[in-house]
Amino acid sequence: MKPPAVVGRIYSRGCFKAMTNLTAITAKHTPQETRSCWSCGAAGAVHFCEACGKVQRPAPVDYFTFFGLPRKLNLDVAALEKDFYELSRKLHPDLNARAGSEEQEWSLQQSSLLNDAYRTLKDPIKRTQYLLQLEGVELEEQSKSATEQARSTGQLKKQIVPPDLLEEVFELNMQLEELRMQKKMGEDDPALIEEIGRQKLELEEKQEALLSELKNLWQMWDGMIQREQNGQPVSDEERRMQRDKMVDLLNRRNYIRNLVRDVSAVLEN
Amino acid sequence: MSTDRIVGIDLGTTNSLVAFMQGESPVVIPGDDGSNLVPSVVALDSNDQPVVGNAARDSLIETPERAVYSIKRLMGRGIDDIQEELKFFPFRLAEDLQAGEVLRIKLGDKTYTPPEISALILRQLKRNAERFFGAQVTKAVITVPAYFNDAQRQATKDAGRIAGLEVLRLVNEPTAASLAYGLDKKQNGIIAVYDLGGGTFDISVLKLHDGIFEVITTNGDTHLGGDDIDNLLIAIALDDIQGDLGLDLRRNAEAVQAIRKAVIEAKIALSSQPTIKLDVELPGGKRYLREITREQFEHLIQPIIDRTVGPCKQALKDAGLKPEQIDEVVLVGGSTRIPRVRTLVKELFHREPHTDLNPDEVVALGAAVQADILGGGSEATENMLLLDVTPLSLGIEVAGGVTDKIILRNSTIPASATQHYTTQIDGQANVAIHVLQGERELAKDCRSLARFDLKGIPPMAAGMARIEVKFLIDANGILHVSAREQRSGKESEIQVQPSYGLTDEQVEGMILDSFDSAEEDFRQRQVIEARNEAATILAALDKGKKSPAWGHLTTDEKKKIAKMEKALIAVKAEDDYQAIRKAIDDLNQGTTRLAELMMDSAVSTALKGKTMDEADMGEGPTAPHPVAKAEFE
Repeated sequence: MKPPAVVGRIYSRGCFKAMTNLTAITAKHTPQETRSCWSCGAAGAVHFCEACGKVQRPAPVDYFTFFGLPRKLNLDVAALEKDFYELSRKLHPDLNARAGSEEQEWSLQQSSLLNDAYRTLKDPIKRTQYLLQLEGVELEEQSKSATEQARSTGQLKKQIVPPDLLEEVFELNMQLEELRMQKKMGEDDPALIEEIGRQKLELEEKQEALLSELKNLWQMWDGMIQREQNGQPVSDEERRMQRDKMVDLLNRRNYIRNLVRDVSAVLEN
Repeated sequence: MSTDRIVGIDLGTTNSLVAFMQGESPVVIPGDDGSNLVPSVVALDSNDQPVVGNAARDSLIETPERAVYSIKRLMGRGIDDIQEELKFFPFRLAEDLQAGEVLRIKLGDKTYTPPEISALILRQLKRNAERFFGAQVTKAVITVPAYFNDAQRQATKDAGRIAGLEVLRLVNEPTAASLAYGLDKKQNGIIAVYDLGGGTFDISVLKLHDGIFEVITTNGDTHLGGDDIDNLLIAIALDDIQGDLGLDLRRNAEAVQAIRKAVIEAKIALSSQPTIKLDVELPGGKRYLREITREQFEHLIQPIIDRTVGPCKQALKDAGLKPEQIDEVVLVGGSTRIPRVRTLVKELFHREPHTDLNPDEVVALGAAVQADILGGGSEATENMLLLDVTPLSLGIEVAGGVTDKIILRNSTIPASATQHYTTQIDGQANVAIHVLQGERELAKDCRSLARFDLKGIPPMAAGMARIEVKFLIDANGILHVSAREQRSGKESEIQVQPSYGLTDEQVEGMILDSFDSAEEDFRQRQVIEARNEAATILAALDKGKKSPAWGHLTTDEKKKIAKMEKALIAVKAEDDYQAIRKAIDDLNQGTTRLAELMMDSAVSTALKGKTMDEADMGEGPTAPHPVAKAEFE
């Protein structure tokens, strides 16, 4: 008999949680330790040796630590890109193709960690989600596959509808249903399409507004981290509050994003 | 030094090329017929020996059942995947093929898997390079369409191994093209590479930044290219012929190939001429005559080339770019010579595309550049680095047949991801993990890459097990998976065996097969040549016995010669070419005085002490035997 398939993720997070299991979930930023180079013995080697250029054995670190960054959310993406290119020039397997097999393996691991970290940190939403995971939050990812999965297993998917959107969403869903029916009958109601298009635009504006709201939350979070780094105590209460605000905002944003996606699907069909 | 030379290979649907970095610039290595392009055609000659390239192309028309082309379309695919191809391509599948098995194609009475046929092409390119360098070539960079999935990549790597090549890297074709294109430009900006070849279409958007070639997005269709245009034109011609002449030639492989040749020539000509006359001789002395204007041609192919629009738009959308933000557009692949294709690209990207590099060669040249980078770089490639992406999302099937994506498409590679899963039944000891590739939400709509079981999980309540699955896509775009049950530490390393791929053992077997048969071929040839030589010397001896010189030999000498003659006749019947050669040498030596006596003194001096040497040097079995040649013929 064939064994049953895996039932699903334990944590329904995005695809960017690769390293969390390797780090203790700690609030404090720990800079990555430097070691002496395995090859030439020079001190201060992190990902590669400054002295001889050799790739070092990868250490299990989180993405912020990998780039030597504090766990702050305001991030200079241009500087990150520069670091990414510079590290790529040292770590990429193409540039270590003539090294020993162990070194090649390290180069593969280091360079995939570099790529994973860069991909996650350069994107404002992914970066925030990743930080929240490091903080021990399990995000409810309202992905389409989660919906499909819930539907196929007969479970009712938890939909967190932001209360201020409830009425609007109800109205929009009615209109979408009507448009679907019309399309099925081969009819076409330009007024309805225009109305839905207008609402889609509004939703997209809301999404934008949420992003700038998120950036305000980043400021508060980074301020708190800075205070902590300066040796001032930060209460668990404050930490949790800051965190929860971001979680709430991300959930709202996800909800709207999915809605926009559904609307686009119906309009394009 | 030269043994470490790494070549760049473009293993194309229609043509294949091998190139290398000569000083500052990459160059294509021509074949012994002087041509840079080796047609990707394999055929069996009358001795059942495989021939490749132009030599094989002729047999497409003469003995179509002994030839195969466009094998790239079948790489990494199963019988269910290729039903469409079978309608349009004369692939002859082995009759005993089972579902789920690696495809086997019939050539004459022999069968070959697609990687083996590709390996024959690769071996030809390897030989061309070896002849060029005068040294062995064992390392290569091979290009693949950017949109190739894991199974297609794995199959290409297998082909390299079978051909005796260590494949240092698989490089995506449009990316390779950008390397060749960017080599002397050293500029920054966003470029789009539109690559429409014989059988595949790719679009890649790249960011060039101080020598770093960073692919932002890629998209494509691995079954779209010049082949599709050819097949359409063939279908139209066959319809015409049936309508006008009442001839149904669909089952006549020779006639179909003759038509194919004619429409390909017409297609090419229509890129430079406004109109073309098709004239094909048909069985029964009839002719198929038809005039096609470029306008008609463009109208016919529009639906085919329109299929490139969707992938282009998706690539731009994924990159978050508008057409105006693209600085340069580069055309790659023979099909981009079609004026209508160029117009389409211009419409899509709002700019005139670049055509300054030969679209047939640019991919191979780029592969040579990448080979140089991997080999440690040179002045020309200093600071150059390619950062490519995975074209398709990777995921796992979870309950309900849903795809759970864990590495998204257009992620820079190498890339990794770790996910945790649990069991759904109390005491479940095994967990099935089904790896998928593709963008669709349901597992059944994605490409199944591999299935494996994580076995021996200690008994636990449902949902208690914590299974960690690690995915790693390497720089070749090939996936590696490992899984571990964390509570028990039960580990399972999995070699992802593509669903339609060869196992390691099979590949090993094929490598050995080819070596074995090469050795066997060599041995047989040696035996045949040694026997021929033996026959020549025996005939010469017969003549000698009848000559007056024979009477001048002593009885002892005659006895010795007779003994050696008997020995040679005996070993000649055996298959041991070394024994035959030894007996020839002995007889040769023993008849030296006879030969001397038979010749005038001048010739005899010239031959003295030479007979033995020449036979021993093994200058080649066809080298004339001195005694026989000089004296008796």
